[in-house]
Amino acid sequence: MQDTARTLCGVSLLGLGLGVYSRQTHSLPATALRPPGVKNEKDFLSACVRCGLCVRDCPYDILKLSTFSDDIALGTPYFTARKIPCEMCEDIPCVKACPTGALDKELTNIDDARMGLAVIVDHETCLNYQGLRCDVCHRVCPLINKAITLEPRHNERSGKHTLFIPVVHSDSCTGCGKCERACVLEEAAIKIFPLKLAKGELGHHYRLGWEEKEKAGKSLVTPDQEHKYNLPEGLKYEHEGQGLMKDLPE
Amino acid sequence: MTASLPEDAGKAAIAEKGWWQAHQWLLLRRLTQLSILIVFLVGPLFGYWIVKGNLTSSLTLEVLPLTDPYILLQSFVAGHEIVSTAFIGAIIVTVFYLLVGGRVFCSWVCPINIVTDAADWLRRRLHIKGGARFSAQTRYWILLMTLLLAAITTSIAWELINPVSIVHRGIIFGSGFAVMVVVSIFLFDLLISRKGWCGHLCPVGAFYSILGRYSLLRVSASKREQCDDCMDCFMVCPEEQVIKPALKGKGKGIGPVIMDVNCTNCGRCIDVCAKNVFSYSNRFNNSTLLNVANKKEVAP
Repeated sequence: MQDTARTLCGVSLLGLGLGVYSRQTHSLPATALRPPGVKNEKDFLSACVRCGLCVRDCPYDILKLSTFSDDIALGTPYFTARKIPCEMCEDIPCVKACPTGALDKELTNIDDARMGLAVIVDHETCLNYQGLRCDVCHRVCPLINKAITLEPRHNERSGKHTLFIPVVHSDSCTGCGKCERACVLEEAAIKIFPLKLAKGELGHHYRLGWEEKEKAGKSLVTPDQEHKYNLPEGLKYEHEGQGLMKDLPE
Repeated sequence: MTASLPEDAGKAAIAEKGWWQAHQWLLLRRLTQLSILIVFLVGPLFGYWIVKGNLTSSLTLEVLPLTDPYILLQSFVAGHEIVSTAFIGAIIVTVFYLLVGGRVFCSWVCPINIVTDAADWLRRRLHIKGGARFSAQTRYWILLMTLLLAAITTSIAWELINPVSIVHRGIIFGSGFAVMVVVSIFLFDLLISRKGWCGHLCPVGAFYSILGRYSLLRVSASKREQCDDCMDCFMVCPEEQVIKPALKGKGKGIGPVIMDVNCTNCGRCIDVCAKNVFSYSNRFNNSTLLNVANKKEVAP
């Protein structure tokens, strides 16, 4: 009896320690990206048996199994975009190799993968924000002009040039990491972050007026009425771009 | 005959049967363990992919999936549905160990076995006695704990510290940390607790013990009346408690087959017995009457 109690106590302590440690490993470091087909870290850690078959079948040797020094759940596959990004193979061999479904077999088009999301983390160093035509992240993007577009802005500094601001679109970005790898800076100004860190989420009760109007085909509030101005005599306001007018006597 | 000294276990058998005969199962076991490591290693080292993956899940010659049923059970408890290739692999592995005995994994496959056997060998040579004692049930509690933990944390938590997979993965995929785990387990078994890891704590072994509960292949003390009480088998057995009922149970009407779930079918008792008491047999060959008939058939 005493023996059982002692054993149970010891085993529980071991379990407690291991439990706390395992909770910590749920918080994946932001720089560690999972292979394609991982929906979220929680589901992944219940499914991945750490066999490394995805690592073996990756034709570009991008995936690594984590070791103790990595701060990632031990033995699980990951890649680091700045070192070596995902090549987005069309046949997705890593997902095919996974025996447990930790990498979801429903992912059949690599463009649907969401390994993370590219974020321009630093506007102060990004060369395009300085008015230079670096454009490297845009040009290496496998989904160029979809996942990353260049948006023209007025260059206030020179007063006469245009800034071409790289903008990432989350509906197309797969998080492959090519942009982060290619960024010419010492420390990349564009980085891939896990979606939960990179993406905002609108309040679920939010409705954007113009979208609702388009959906309904008409304005859902009282239609715009002509504005009444209380102007001094002899002045009138015209809407069609003309503004304040002197109402000249005829 | 009186009991021999721990370090002399097996010497009588060597004198009686010759060195090779007295080590045949041990050598075959080491050969099997190393061969398994080698087939896993020729891929990463030389590019000939016979087997991909590691002991938790692997793919042999691009067709045969093999998966550790214990890790898949944890995955299931953690909330992952297990309809996959891994499931087929786990069924194949389960059927295999249901036949040959669950703990065959421990003594014939697991890389840690070489480490703990070495620790036990050295312990006997250095006359290290005593140390921490764990209840025989500890491993089953740890097994239960790992499953509970998988359910609570919704992750395969045991894999974070499981020395079996850490060492095997470390060898196949190259991680220096595996060396530290090997040294830790070795020192633990050598200095802290006799047969501590494999015999008392490891939940992987506990799982395979349960799996092999009704297995066919068994070691039998088929010629137990020839036993001269030298104690050599007890000295070398990794689970010495399993021998006694079969070897000494004749008076109590217990058959000669070792039916204990913890027997690893390693065959070391067969090797070290100068009197050829033990042999591989099956669970049905266990009648006390049959024993007499079998005496003539069993190979020398």
